[in-house]
Amino acid sequence: MKLLLKGGRLVDPASGRDETVDIQILDGRIERIAGSISLPKGFEEIDLRGKIVAPGFIDMHVHLREPGYEHKETIESGCRSAAAGGFTAVCCMPNTNPAIDDESVARYVHEKAKSVCDGIVDVYPIGAATKGRKGTELAPMAELAQAGAVGFSDDGSPIASAEIMRRALEYSSMYGVPVIQHAEESTMTQDGCMNEGVTSTRLGILGIPPIAEELMVVRDIILLGYVPKARYHVAHISTKGALRHVRKAKSDGMNITCEVTPHHFTLQEEVVASFDTNTKMNPPLRTKEDVAAMKEGLRDGTIDAIATDHAPHTIDEKEVEYTQAPFGIVGLETSVGLCMTELVHKKVLTLMQMIQKLSTNPRRILSLPAIKFNEGEMANITVLDPDLDWTVDSAMLRSKSKNSPFDGYRLKGKAIGIINNGKMLFS
Amino acid sequence: MIKTKIFDSESFRRTVNRLAHEVVERNKGTENLAIVGIRTRGEYLARRLAKKIEEIEGKTVQVGILDITLYRDDLRGRLDQPQLKSTEILFDITGKVVVLVDDVLFTGRTIRSALNALTDLGRPALIELLVLIDRGHRELPIKAEFIGKNIPTSLKQEIKVMMTETDSEDGVYLADVEDDGKELKR
Amino acid sequence: MKLKSRHLLGLDGMSREEITLILDTAISFREILDRPIKKVPPLQGKTVVNLFFESSTRTRISFELAERRLSADVVSFSAATSSVGKGETLKDTARNIEAMKIDMVVIRHAAAGSSHFLSRVVDANVINAGDGGHEHPTQGLLDMYTLREKFGSLEGLRVCIVGDITHSRVARSNIFGLTTMGAHVSVCGPATLIPRDLEQLGVTVYHRLEDVIPEIDALNVLRIQLERQKSGLFPSLREYHRFFGVTKEKVSKGPKPITIMHPGPINRDVELSADLADSEHSVILQQVTNGVAIRMAVLYLLGTSN
Repeated sequence: MKLLLKGGRLVDPASGRDETVDIQILDGRIERIAGSISLPKGFEEIDLRGKIVAPGFIDMHVHLREPGYEHKETIESGCRSAAAGGFTAVCCMPNTNPAIDDESVARYVHEKAKSVCDGIVDVYPIGAATKGRKGTELAPMAELAQAGAVGFSDDGSPIASAEIMRRALEYSSMYGVPVIQHAEESTMTQDGCMNEGVTSTRLGILGIPPIAEELMVVRDIILLGYVPKARYHVAHISTKGALRHVRKAKSDGMNITCEVTPHHFTLQEEVVASFDTNTKMNPPLRTKEDVAAMKEGLRDGTIDAIATDHAPHTIDEKEVEYTQAPFGIVGLETSVGLCMTELVHKKVLTLMQMIQKLSTNPRRILSLPAIKFNEGEMANITVLDPDLDWTVDSAMLRSKSKNSPFDGYRLKGKAIGIINNGKMLFS
Repeated sequence: MIKTKIFDSESFRRTVNRLAHEVVERNKGTENLAIVGIRTRGEYLARRLAKKIEEIEGKTVQVGILDITLYRDDLRGRLDQPQLKSTEILFDITGKVVVLVDDVLFTGRTIRSALNALTDLGRPALIELLVLIDRGHRELPIKAEFIGKNIPTSLKQEIKVMMTETDSEDGVYLADVEDDGKELKR
Repeated sequence: MKLKSRHLLGLDGMSREEITLILDTAISFREILDRPIKKVPPLQGKTVVNLFFESSTRTRISFELAERRLSADVVSFSAATSSVGKGETLKDTARNIEAMKIDMVVIRHAAAGSSHFLSRVVDANVINAGDGGHEHPTQGLLDMYTLREKFGSLEGLRVCIVGDITHSRVARSNIFGLTTMGAHVSVCGPATLIPRDLEQLGVTVYHRLEDVIPEIDALNVLRIQLERQKSGLFPSLREYHRFFGVTKEKVSKGPKPITIMHPGPINRDVELSADLADSEHSVILQQVTNGVAIRMAVLYLLGTSN
């Protein structure tokens, strides 16, 4: 690989740089960065004038479904989808079959990822917090961490028992690995299919009360106060209430972080009235106030990261009655477009802040090495076209599943290429 | 559109009177007689006839209103959904002599629908047909016992019956309509 | 005037003009029901299938009667949802409907939105005969028809729906329809059976029958399902009957007689006392008759529009 990235605008939160540069890359390594580099012999020039060069994006909340549910997604199709969406890395959740609750499964996932899509996408497994994600016994966290797990979670289900949560926080704190909580007080959410409120009342669909999320976050913050060395991360936060508690805990100096999905800062519960099962996910779409709170949380830094909760399901699984459909939507390929359209172009976040939440912050939360734009470093880059107008077409998604509520959406801004591990992919 | 006046209000009145006399004459009085008008103008015509017959005979005649919407054979081909109204025949028609009344007799399809509707309500001893205008062009073997006036028409023409119950005057017009390629229905 | 949609999925969002059209059309069919020959031909040659994934003898018979009286060819299918695989059946059923060239589908299903689902995947006109806790539009329409017949107009009429509002499609269709038609709608039931933010639908919420009875013209009493007790939403049927059961004694506290409605089947002396159900102020049997006329009107309006 001999590349000259010409005239792109480098936006790098780690160094604070925001300037137009040329980047010369040899065999995946940054050879030179300078204001202007003339094309060396044998190098291929890529014209990036008007484009953004950013540290490679990571989606820290993805369901790759392999092993066990390969009809929905495989590590390969998931990586292809991630690459198309502009991600050089993803974290995959452990709710596979078998669950990623021991070393062998973690290694399988980690290794498999290297052999697919030329290894352009790094896959970091999230280990199960409890054995079989059953919530009763701790998973072998040390072993899992050694095998590459970067976080622990029973995602899909909450770690419901306060006792187990306490022990998970204690045990994981030894390795500096965060516990990622799917925050839901599930005794309150039985049979619920959407946010509880006037829309669920109108539609006659049983509700998931917003306080079910808030309650669990509050409980966990209290536990975290008791185990202060632990690191706690709230997955897919969605309610104004839960966010308020996170903000308070952060200001109290606690080791707490959180992420939001693009759909939770874009869509409101009213869209469920279509009974389109691609509006069904958990946590559910919330109210206008919650969406506004998510944007505020992104702006003021309470929300550290943007992650998609990419949850592929086949058409047959989703094309059923609303109440019987599984929760979840795909997100890898619409994430950057939605972030640009809803956050950057609407001036909720600067480009620099958005890149932080898609790259720098999640890597820090997961203790992954920082991406550096220095000569001699491996290039790990996402390239954006900030003004590209495009329309989402579910049928064209690289993911094996097409369950997106954003089909037909017109977006502005898109990831157009990635470079990682000595490989490149440009659309 | 060129309009020719066929009836003014006077000739309209005289024709209705004559028809009333004919009904009484043919049926030898009002014994067992009922008059059923097809919505909308057939209903007004039926009421006027009944009133006249009462004047002539000094006896009241039962009047019913028939809505044939549900029996139309063109219900599904139409762009506008016809407004469904009630049939109001508050007496048993079985064994009765029913004079079925409509303003214009054209293809006969309306009358076919009306006959089906009537026979679903009971079994009259006899059904007679009375129309103000017969304009020809029958598509079914139907003919009227009582006719106000025969007016030979072409298919490009239209008969417009006006009655004060809904219109500004009593009158009948023959109009030439521009040929827009569509077959005209009354 | 025509209905805007090819389907009748619910009364939510339906205009006052559309509801009035259906109610007015039903008057004509109500008259036909008193004739010796109760059959008219407008749906001749049309095939209607009644898909009942949830058992409901009354609603099914009412629809079948309405269809046959409009001269449609009728096929009925009943299956409890529990006996069939989740979801697949509805999609497969939809495909079968398409393949069999059926013109109209009446569907009753335990899942909210199931009729919406069907309407998206078939060409036939879809009529919702009850989708989970969502809507039961023909019930809402027949309730409105019955009230209009009794009171002349729905404008300003004060109607209270008593019982388990959370799980009731009847309550929802009544709320949407009646509020659109200008009636004042209230509900009365245990706080655990009143869904969240219901007031935002333009409804007043009461928890004591004594408080609401002096304020209303009609009571629509819902059937209480025993399962709700098991899921902890109310303590016992005895307690329910004592505090929310509609009895002659409680109703007589009002300044004037209150019209009693019930969508059936009645748990006698649980949510409604037997003497009241059979009293002169009860219009429960009129509701049943009017139900056929309303369903004929809906079938006619949807089946004969292009």
